[in-house]
Amino acid sequence: MKNQSALVAMLLACLCFCPPAVVWAGEIAVAAASDLTYAFEQAARRFRQQTGSSMRPIYGSSGNFFSQIKNGAPYDLFFSADVEYPKRLEMAGLAEPGSLYEYAAGRIVLWVPANSRLDAGRGLALLLDPAVRKIAIANPEHAPYGRAALAALRHEGIYDRVKDKLVLGESISQAAQFVASGNADAGLIALSLALAPAMKARGRYFEINSTNYPPIIQAAVILKAARDKQTARQFVDFLKQPEGLALMRRYGFAPPQAGSGGGGN
Amino acid sequence: MEWSAIFLSVRLALLVCVILLAVGIPIAAWLATSGWRWKFLVEAVVALPIVLPPTVLGFYLLVAMGPASPVGRLYAGFFGHGLAFTFTGLVIASVIYSLPFAVQPMAAAFAQVDRSLLNASAMLGASGLRTFRQIVIPLSRGGIVTGAVLSFAHTLGEFGVVLMVGGNIPGVTRTVSIAIYDHVQALEYNGANAMALLLLAFSFITLSLTYAVNRRMWRVWPLQR
Repeated sequence: MKNQSALVAMLLACLCFCPPAVVWAGEIAVAAASDLTYAFEQAARRFRQQTGSSMRPIYGSSGNFFSQIKNGAPYDLFFSADVEYPKRLEMAGLAEPGSLYEYAAGRIVLWVPANSRLDAGRGLALLLDPAVRKIAIANPEHAPYGRAALAALRHEGIYDRVKDKLVLGESISQAAQFVASGNADAGLIALSLALAPAMKARGRYFEINSTNYPPIIQAAVILKAARDKQTARQFVDFLKQPEGLALMRRYGFAPPQAGSGGGGN
Repeated sequence: MEWSAIFLSVRLALLVCVILLAVGIPIAAWLATSGWRWKFLVEAVVALPIVLPPTVLGFYLLVAMGPASPVGRLYAGFFGHGLAFTFTGLVIASVIYSLPFAVQPMAAAFAQVDRSLLNASAMLGASGLRTFRQIVIPLSRGGIVTGAVLSFAHTLGEFGVVLMVGGNIPGVTRTVSIAIYDHVQALEYNGANAMALLLLAFSFITLSLTYAVNRRMWRVWPLQR
């Protein structure tokens, strides 16, 4: 009996003190903006097949990652939803010099749930419809997609008439969740989310003309603290190849220079 | 300093505190006195918000308030709009979330009242309600005050549930904890710091006062025996 409890105590001690999941050589930890979730699941699989190295994405809000990295978080690569954060890391000397790379320009779409009677094809004017009581956007104070949504509303000249309908998601994913759950009637969300498998079947979208809001440049950097810079570079190169580009494009991440897009589904 | 967020939080916390006094006292009294053998199930349900992460509660509340749920549809049918992103929605969410913080200290205090006093009161012909009002409540003041203060303070500091069902509307659902989070996200550490310090100081003072009063450091009300 006594031996048994000693054994249990030892096992517990092992559990408590064993090192947390370590990152092995040839494996990189990638801090990625949460809108990359679906694209990166695919990318991680293809990257492993091609190179034998693996990349482990950790999803979250770019602002949180920024604070964490400034405080020594052990990531190799940082894919931010906003070019501002990687730039600041570069200025602070926390990023590998010259590694900053703009991987996509974000797009926003008007999104309504599939069971809604609202017609997304009417574009932003739809938001004036009295049946639209709540409009979900990301918080423009810190989310670039939120700022783009405001800019698009102002460009359309309807901001003052819809501003009382706005509800703010903490991130663009939360804005999407507000409208996907039906609590908001319409939302201005990222194209990448509208194309995500979980959202695709649940609603209809209308792409806002990308000249109507400032570009949402999304950028990545290799971090100075990276333990495996070579694999990190390999992954960036993988995304720059035609296959990587096509994969990203499929999930709504077109490279910045491919610029202006039109409306339509 | 964002005063509208601070006032909103205080208003929310006061309202929740009053509602929880009204709802919590009967529940606590029942928990303290009932001999029902399945009572432990009710106790577990009341205590759930202590162990559940706010994300779980927030997620279920958001779904329950939405048009996909019968409750959400019923409410929208009556009032013409949904519950999410409204002050009422926040009040309901906070009442659920802070329930154990009100009920548990109260139930503990009720249970500690000397049974012989209750029996004596009944022998002298007092009704159960009168005994409760004139014997149990005065003898349980400490627990009731603790429950009220904890539910107030807990609501004031609530974050996760508000984040999930609030929608961050200034003056309606943008509470002080959300405002702090936004400042941190926007890297405005000074703004965050000012409000965070205020909340910290306020919470510390409130809790200290409660514990001091419970220890009879000061007599804030005349002791009637």
